[in-house]
Amino acid sequence: MADTKIGAYICKGCGLGERLDTDKLESIASGEGKAAICRQEEFLCQQSTVDKIQADIDNEGINRVVIGACSRRAKFEAFNFESTCVSRVNLREGVIWVRPDTEEAKEATQEMAEDYIRMGCTEVKFMSPPSASQEQSVNKHLLVVGGGITGMTSAIEASKAGYQVSIIEKTSQLGGVAGQLHRKVPSRMPYASPQDNGIDDLNNQISANSNITVYLNSTTTKTSGAPGRFSVDITTESGSTTTENFGAIIQASGFTPYDANKLPEFAYGKTPDVVDQLGLEKLAQEANGTPIKRPSDGKVVENVMFIQCAGQRSDKEDHLSYCSGHCCSTSIKQAMYFKESNPNCDAAVLYTDLRTPGAGGEDFYRSAQRKGVTFTKGIAKEVVAGDNQHTIKFTDLILNDEVDLAVDMVVLATGMLPNSGVNIDAPPAEEGSVEIPVESILNLDYRQGKDMPQLVHGFTDSHFICFPYETRRTGIYTAGPVRRPMDINQAIDDATGAAMKAIQAIENSALGKAAHPRSGDLSFPSFRMEGCTQCKRCTVECPFGAINEDEKGYPSYNESRCRRCGTCMGACPVRVISFENYSVDSVGQQIKAVNVPIPDEDDENAVAKPRILTLACENDAYPALDMAGMNRIQHSAYVRIIPVRCLGSVNTIWVTDALNSGYDGVVLLGCQKGENYQCHFVKGSEIAHYRMSKVNDTLTTLNLEKERVATYEVAITDIQRIPQLIDDMAKTIEDIGTSPLKF
Amino acid sequence: MGNLNTTMIEKYRNSFLHEVEANVEEGEWVKMCMQCGVCSGSCPLGPHWDHPPQELFMMIRAGKREEVLTSSSMWMCTSCYNCIVRCPRELPITHIMHGLAHYAKRLGLVPENQQTEKFAQLFWDNLTNTGRVNELKLGLKLYFMNGFGEGIKMSLKMQDVGLNMLKTGRMSPFELLGGHSIKDKTGFHAMLQKAKELEDAKIAKHGA
Repeated sequence: MADTKIGAYICKGCGLGERLDTDKLESIASGEGKAAICRQEEFLCQQSTVDKIQADIDNEGINRVVIGACSRRAKFEAFNFESTCVSRVNLREGVIWVRPDTEEAKEATQEMAEDYIRMGCTEVKFMSPPSASQEQSVNKHLLVVGGGITGMTSAIEASKAGYQVSIIEKTSQLGGVAGQLHRKVPSRMPYASPQDNGIDDLNNQISANSNITVYLNSTTTKTSGAPGRFSVDITTESGSTTTENFGAIIQASGFTPYDANKLPEFAYGKTPDVVDQLGLEKLAQEANGTPIKRPSDGKVVENVMFIQCAGQRSDKEDHLSYCSGHCCSTSIKQAMYFKESNPNCDAAVLYTDLRTPGAGGEDFYRSAQRKGVTFTKGIAKEVVAGDNQHTIKFTDLILNDEVDLAVDMVVLATGMLPNSGVNIDAPPAEEGSVEIPVESILNLDYRQGKDMPQLVHGFTDSHFICFPYETRRTGIYTAGPVRRPMDINQAIDDATGAAMKAIQAIENSALGKAAHPRSGDLSFPSFRMEGCTQCKRCTVECPFGAINEDEKGYPSYNESRCRRCGTCMGACPVRVISFENYSVDSVGQQIKAVNVPIPDEDDENAVAKPRILTLACENDAYPALDMAGMNRIQHSAYVRIIPVRCLGSVNTIWVTDALNSGYDGVVLLGCQKGENYQCHFVKGSEIAHYRMSKVNDTLTTLNLEKERVATYEVAITDIQRIPQLIDDMAKTIEDIGTSPLKF
Repeated sequence: MGNLNTTMIEKYRNSFLHEVEANVEEGEWVKMCMQCGVCSGSCPLGPHWDHPPQELFMMIRAGKREEVLTSSSMWMCTSCYNCIVRCPRELPITHIMHGLAHYAKRLGLVPENQQTEKFAQLFWDNLTNTGRVNELKLGLKLYFMNGFGEGIKMSLKMQDVGLNMLKTGRMSPFELLGGHSIKDKTGFHAMLQKAKELEDAKIAKHGA
């Protein structure tokens, strides 16, 4: 690190000059911080001053910049010096805005600012500018697995943007479930009548497009590599295999309809007049606009009832607990088939909650009512198959009546099951139990398993709130009903979005840039293999499957799969994993740079000055702290906050080091974990919480109280709560006393 | 008309709904109800009805013909228009209630001693006589609507109000002798006759 030359710049604007002794800060930066150039400026962010910093970089050889001003989240563009490491010392949101402007508070506030300057100067010493590995070149070839309406739409959209696409379809024709529909729910104004399913049009577009290759009767038998260099074995039914390279993959493997045979109470299978929704599509296709006849005796149907939520939204065993999203609109559409071909036919929909998502959903519902489809709020209990007519027994929830209704036909609105392949997180089967083999979709050659990770009910995992397309396997995007229950119109939107994300992945990986949420990040972890003990923690814990193992059990890193969260760095017990600008040292040395006051045991009037370390997730907790500052919500002056990429990147050595250096408490702030996770790296917060649950052993060894380390799940909106959590820790320390480890 | 009252309506079929659509004023709106219940929750008299509007609409769809038409519910409507204002589907609920009441009366299915129905008939008879509302006669008829004894009781109770109105010239005792009238009474009656013919023709056309 001999060639580092630090320039430290301290802003006096926004009240910093009045509230802080900036001369003292400057002397700390040039003294302890060893900054070669150190300056105070009235308004650091104005262009002329920024230009002066750039001049220092260009002419004076400054290659590490410390900005003592506002939060790293403010004025990002102004202080973005290329090819130089910048540490933003948060004196505004992090210090003066969270402290009272009083004479008594002044000393502690100044100490806070001084520590942050020390930390900033230390951090840049352990950073170097990231540069792309140039591991990848661009591969503008996209693979779409699944030739349903989602896959077809993705392929067409990507080819329009100038990318080569290959579609792999398991069956002998494209179209999927949408291709089996007589008509589809309308996607355009006035949302009044069913419209053509659109598959013929898509088929024509694909066959006329020389950029799209279609493999029918084929599956992916092996997928290896990483974004930008996926290598995929495509095997046809007859067994011949070709290997192709792709830049990104879209998995549009769709859904399987729920097996209505599991609903004997509704007489499915006992009479052909009880059908599921796809069964009715077949009848409608056969009738082709003439009155629909029932399968048992060919009689024209005069009254039909649709039972919504058949075997779904139910907690009964073997039923689906979730709503499949499309079935209400589908039943409305199918009731129209009856009404349009035979206005005298009574078509009724038996529902508990009618849900018609999408812009035109309500209009479509109204259109059906206008056409005379009736809607009865009730719960079906049983269907009794008869010779001539069948009886539905249901409870009318409006009139509170038990009703027996004779009908010609019954349609069951059953749900959808995602085709998501192998559940790689499933616990191993108990010995002796019969395991039903599940066919893998992608056959990934990843250490973590053959298919995409699932969240709940078998749907593939993606960050629902912030970036729904981004899955846990970078460069592989799931789209359509394999991701969550959805209808055709939503699947088309989803397919388009996934195509755009896949294109982004192709381009980003070629440049060595990360995908969301650290989009554009060039830094990547490097592994000091000579120190590695092959413990496999990094390969197991990586939420994105970026790290495989080589034959000897060493981690084999795939840069373009990586999302740069640092969970591997937090996992490594021997600390051999580091990023150029984020490492065990870049944070660890900051912790050690803080001045921990040693109590003067002779002075009985000495006020205790504890130190609390807070490691805050940069995605939610740190912005929330900034917002707390903007709202002038005060917190303890004894806290020193360090933003981390993800709580998952927190190496327990930081906690141990902090406690060893005399810190009195440690607060870790991450995102919500579990089924409704908000963690931007999916598993980071969960892993961090698990690791911290084991920190008690360390505390016991150090003879410290376990209350000194607290880990919390917080949200970006917790601007009142987070300062409170910090103050709670200050209070705890007041109660249990300062750490005995101050030397 | 009589045979319809005895026609068996199959439950949960659309025949009664069609009947309502054809014969009840604004009846074609009934099918558009989405059973949200806002009307029932908004009705100031809701708790006193046998069936709030939402339930009546469901009963129509369920084919409960007799229960709907002999119900006193629609007669309870005070035309406050809360339901119309609040209905998310913009159903003219107040009008449908009056339409149902009217249709029930046409079929002779009004519950016995229905006070609203009685007063409505008094009002109509009073108005169509001279083309003007004769308040003195209407008031007396209303007092004696439920029998002679009750009429006397009511009159005695109201005598101070009546005498004061006479004193201040707000009510003329000569109204009892025929009362004031519009200029062209003959034309007015001819107009009503024509309207009745049109109405009857409409009913005949729907076969109800």
